[in-house]
Amino acid sequence: MSAIWLAVFGGIIFFFGYRFYSKFLAERIYKLDPNYVTPANRYNDGVDYVPTNKLVLWGHHFTSVAGAAPIVGPAIAVYWGWLPALLWVVLGTVFAAGVHDFGTIVLSVRNKGQSVGTLANKLIGQKAKILFLFIILLLVLMVNAVFAWVIAKLFISFPASVIAVFIQIPLAIWIGYRVYKRKGGMLLPSVIALVIMYLAAIIASYVPALQIDFVQYMGGENGTGLFGLSTTASAFFIWIIILMIYVYIASTLPVWKLLQPRDYINSHQLVVGLGILYLGLLFTNPEITAPVTNSNADTSWFPLLFITIACGAISGFHGLVSSGTTSKQLDKETDARFVGYLGAIGEGALALIAIIAVVTFFPSIDEFTATYSGFTAANGAGLGTFIQGAGQLATGLGIPAVVASTIVSVIVVSFAATTLDSSVRLMRYIIAELGLEYNIKPMTKTHVATTIAVVSSAALTLLPEGPNGFGSGGYLLWPLFGTSNQLLAGISLLLIAIWLKRQGRNYMPAFIPMVFLLFMTMWAMINQVVFVWSGARGEEANMLLFIFGAIILVFALWILLTAISALSKKDDHVS
Amino acid sequence: MSKRGSLKKLFQLYDEILSLPHKTEVARELRDEDDLFLLLLYSDMLGIPNPAFYYTLELYPYIIEKFHDWHLRMGIEKSPLDGIRCC
Repeated sequence: MSAIWLAVFGGIIFFFGYRFYSKFLAERIYKLDPNYVTPANRYNDGVDYVPTNKLVLWGHHFTSVAGAAPIVGPAIAVYWGWLPALLWVVLGTVFAAGVHDFGTIVLSVRNKGQSVGTLANKLIGQKAKILFLFIILLLVLMVNAVFAWVIAKLFISFPASVIAVFIQIPLAIWIGYRVYKRKGGMLLPSVIALVIMYLAAIIASYVPALQIDFVQYMGGENGTGLFGLSTTASAFFIWIIILMIYVYIASTLPVWKLLQPRDYINSHQLVVGLGILYLGLLFTNPEITAPVTNSNADTSWFPLLFITIACGAISGFHGLVSSGTTSKQLDKETDARFVGYLGAIGEGALALIAIIAVVTFFPSIDEFTATYSGFTAANGAGLGTFIQGAGQLATGLGIPAVVASTIVSVIVVSFAATTLDSSVRLMRYIIAELGLEYNIKPMTKTHVATTIAVVSSAALTLLPEGPNGFGSGGYLLWPLFGTSNQLLAGISLLLIAIWLKRQGRNYMPAFIPMVFLLFMTMWAMINQVVFVWSGARGEEANMLLFIFGAIILVFALWILLTAISALSKKDDHVS
Repeated sequence: MSKRGSLKKLFQLYDEILSLPHKTEVARELRDEDDLFLLLLYSDMLGIPNPAFYYTLELYPYIIEKFHDWHLRMGIEKSPLDGIRCC
């Protein structure tokens, strides 16, 4: 079957979701009022609260939530066949992510533009704040460790991409400084920057001397590595140390100097990438070479599928963006539908093309099955397969495969590096906030908090023996990533449901996906924590996962109980 | 509208979408600089000696409108200066 049908199916469901379901939500559930004075208009300060055109705000919201995660999850989840992944991405986007992203904007707009964390504190209680901090801390620690490995892995697999990624840094600083000094717009310089990066990637693809390949420098696979490690492990070690030093400097700089202009260039890359992939799909018209469902899976799809694909179907991280920045810039309340719901659909479209790129890459089903031989193998192969699959789609536009793969890896690394920078920065803020909460003054200092963040991330990356070899220690905790993210989404949906109930409205559109998410998360957690990680089934116990998993499980139970009690209460202290 | 005009509009929109977060951060940085400058201007009234008092006094008419927002941002709920009663 042609993969175009997957895109057509997804497109039609997304269209109906936006046209009818989001309209129903806007008119009957959230009851948007065009005359409501939004926080952007009420507190307009020219910095955080700025009324913004809905198309501009949608674009900004979409580029903020779209990153590497909606690619990684689906690329792994196709292990269970393309149908379960496709259905969860499409239906999850329409009935869960759309409700969640749209709802968190409305909830925040109706509460002075406050963030989900503050609202949880208000609606559930003080303990909710600690829960929030803990979950986010765990999330960012995992992201730091795993993304450091992912970048190192891509640098080792695609050495031609290194130079383009590093050129981006001075270019971004130049653009940031230019805008700061008000010497003009960003569009032209950033397009020039992008062209320079891609030219560097193309040239490096054909000139081995421009490829920074530490494995080759140390004498190839069988050469001598550092500290008795193999050459590949040594290359991982060098790259991870370089990345940690980079991220320390990047995350302590003001955001406008490096992070923001990098983000700006990356947004072009997102548009270029999505354009190339969908056009490539149209021109190559590839056949699906993955099974519809995998009947020989060594790990059941239920409920792990719903945890593996978080971003792209529903993600708690979106609630942080919706209530953190988007709600403060909404001009009219009625714009929330366009910005929030369509933003979720944009993310769904990214996850959809990730599925298509992977399921069309292999020449036959046998080769797909050989690579995706087990769930652990799928975890290791997912991202690499996406890059090669995306490269193959790009060949439909006449781009040579070697160049296409290099450019796709530049795009993925750019996203991952920006995520790494943001998440180390976020970790620093949380450590400082904990320092403030428990009155430990040194922890509130920028450099102390950053050192704690970077050292703990590096320790998690390098010290434990990870499933994908040296440097992949972050993967030990990765099974908890989807769970934590879904828990966060569950909390946001709970807040929306409580708010709707207190307004005397039908809260089922938020309540049903919340129950679904919490049920799946709890099911997966109990199964993993009690039976697998504890060693109860006779397998080797994994104490690290067991302890963290048990803590999250307790939190999930606590949320469930709070949900029941909060939804049965009648008092209302939030408008 | 002509083709060229609509293309220009499209680019403008695209630029606006991508530069929105950047503008916010630059505005924040510039506001922080302004806040520091205002602190220097008001320092004499707050008990910190300001050798350039005569010159900064001349700027008062220009910055008086910013005063209320400034003291709120500084975490001072009511105007700290007797001479300026904004709230």
